[in-house]
Amino acid sequence: MVFLDFEKPLESLYEQLEKIKQVGAEGDLDVAPMVKELEDKIYTKRKEIYENLNGWQKVQLSRHPERPYTLYYIEQMCSKFVELHGDRYFKDDNAIVGGLGIIDGQTVIILGQQKGVNTKMRQFRNFGMANPEGYRKALRLMKMAERFNFPVVCLIDTPGAYPGIEAEERGQAEAIARNLFEMAKLEVPIVCCVIGEGASGGAIGIGLGDRVFMMENTWYSVISPESCSSILWRSWDYKEKAAEALKLTADHMYGFGLIDGIIKEPFGGAHNDPEQMATNLKKHIKKAIAELQIMTPEDRVETRIEKYSQMGQFDRVTVTEKSKKTAKS
Amino acid sequence: MGWFNRLKDGIQTATKYKREAPDGLWYKCRSCGETSTSKEMRENYFKCPKCTYHVRIGSGEYFDIIFDGEYKELFNELTSKDFLEFTDLKPYHERLVSAKKKTKLTDAISVASGNVNQLPLVVAAMDFSFIGGSMGSVVGEKIGLAIDHSLQSKTPFLMISKSGGARMMESAFSLMQMAKTSAKLTRLAKAGIPYFSMLTDPTTGGVTASFAMLGDINFAEPKALIGFAGPRVIKETIKRDLPEGFQTSEFLLENGFLDFIVDRADLKEKLTDLLTIFSIKNAS
Ligand SMILES: [Zn+2]
Repeated sequence: MVFLDFEKPLESLYEQLEKIKQVGAEGDLDVAPMVKELEDKIYTKRKEIYENLNGWQKVQLSRHPERPYTLYYIEQMCSKFVELHGDRYFKDDNAIVGGLGIIDGQTVIILGQQKGVNTKMRQFRNFGMANPEGYRKALRLMKMAERFNFPVVCLIDTPGAYPGIEAEERGQAEAIARNLFEMAKLEVPIVCCVIGEGASGGAIGIGLGDRVFMMENTWYSVISPESCSSILWRSWDYKEKAAEALKLTADHMYGFGLIDGIIKEPFGGAHNDPEQMATNLKKHIKKAIAELQIMTPEDRVETRIEKYSQMGQFDRVTVTEKSKKTAKS
Repeated sequence: MGWFNRLKDGIQTATKYKREAPDGLWYKCRSCGETSTSKEMRENYFKCPKCTYHVRIGSGEYFDIIFDGEYKELFNELTSKDFLEFTDLKPYHERLVSAKKKTKLTDAISVASGNVNQLPLVVAAMDFSFIGGSMGSVVGEKIGLAIDHSLQSKTPFLMISKSGGARMMESAFSLMQMAKTSAKLTRLAKAGIPYFSMLTDPTTGGVTASFAMLGDINFAEPKALIGFAGPRVIKETIKRDLPEGFQTSEFLLENGFLDFIVDRADLKEKLTDLLTIFSIKNAS
């Protein structure tokens, strides 16, 4: 088991529990009452910890090394899945995976950022940081979905789009911008869910949809708390503060009307019961697709564009509108 | 070249549109180090007379350069608010107050409609002097409204980008402006109204990764910094030096992301050409 810093109080309790169980297994001492007592203590402690998570702690949970990633959910939710590779222009990006799948009789295009499960795979997946070809592969699949009238499911889990020389040469910005433009007018339903990290342009590059969900312990922000700390506080030491200031949790995002729903996680985070998490996710995706499929493509696109058009918070002041002369006249 | 002469005369006498132009009597070029007078700079479209370095200018100067003589500023009633009560080293609402005071602007973007050699155009131009030209809700909303205005008046739209990217103090609201502006632009495309995107120094982050890269025509001023990630971030990530000319307008042109580069002195003429070309309907 991996314990995050705020989970440390649990670590010693679990250790004690293990020891007592061992004693029980070795001898004829009745350890049942002590086990029960410790389990109660663990339960209380877990409740205390997980019911009061702050922004930074949720960021940590979203990055938990045992947290399930995109391919796990695809395997769990799809009875069949054929992975499709390549953007048809340059290469295949291993940081974004996608393909054709069947979710309870419904064919979908399902795609998302994929992180690696061990050191070697983390390199291979480039830590879930896509290059332009990743976004272009995603777009290719979405356009295919449109041709065959399949709904699109996007699972978001990225610390950001990759900031590299080649990424800039091949137009990282253009790739993300193009996806936003095309996704805004894609004629089939788009359902998105942040399943881990939702960092900035790299996240929204596959994140514009009719329904956007966030799992309970994920975050979505214009910048990671670390980078925000380094830019605004001019030090790497204010990531907790930045996480609070950015109001990046699912609760905040839902409260702001910037996402359409929160998907409950098993107690302590998705990694505590990945199967249950996949079941919850599938339920939300199916319901959203069903709701969206009864709309006409025109209605869906108009509603989608309107939804995004409403996003923003500002004030109005009274000004007297008048024509201005250019300096030359 | 009548308009050219008028413009030259005008800039000499202009005093109130100093917003982002070099202040004071002397200007020391950031590129070649040569010194010029402010008067020389104005006469030369705020380009260094010695090396043609394009000095950063504000929305007001661009409107002066582009429009025929009169233009109408739109949507100035919108003003940013500190919805998240964001505080880093300084509260966001205080940053807003001081930015407004310093720049005399309402936010990091101004929208105007007017004529360019008698051809109507809606222009949205960003101001780097206002919190680094960062995109918050007001920037996104004003671009959205400018697009609506273009749609209603069937007028082409020019976006002049100049931005460090998203406004962090508006967190996800800022991020969603990328989606919002891109979504709005699909309506312009559907209506067959041309969208010109001009990128100026600097254009980075979420601005590049949304409306700035989505023009029917994308063009830039010479030697502007244009990119997704900032050079510092890339350098820290890859842990080596960046190649000469990386993320400049010329680099983007070479890599296929710009249609052309335009010298500021030729901007109005180029726009006139584009507007003329797009205004000709199929003969039938
Ligand atoms: Zn110079």
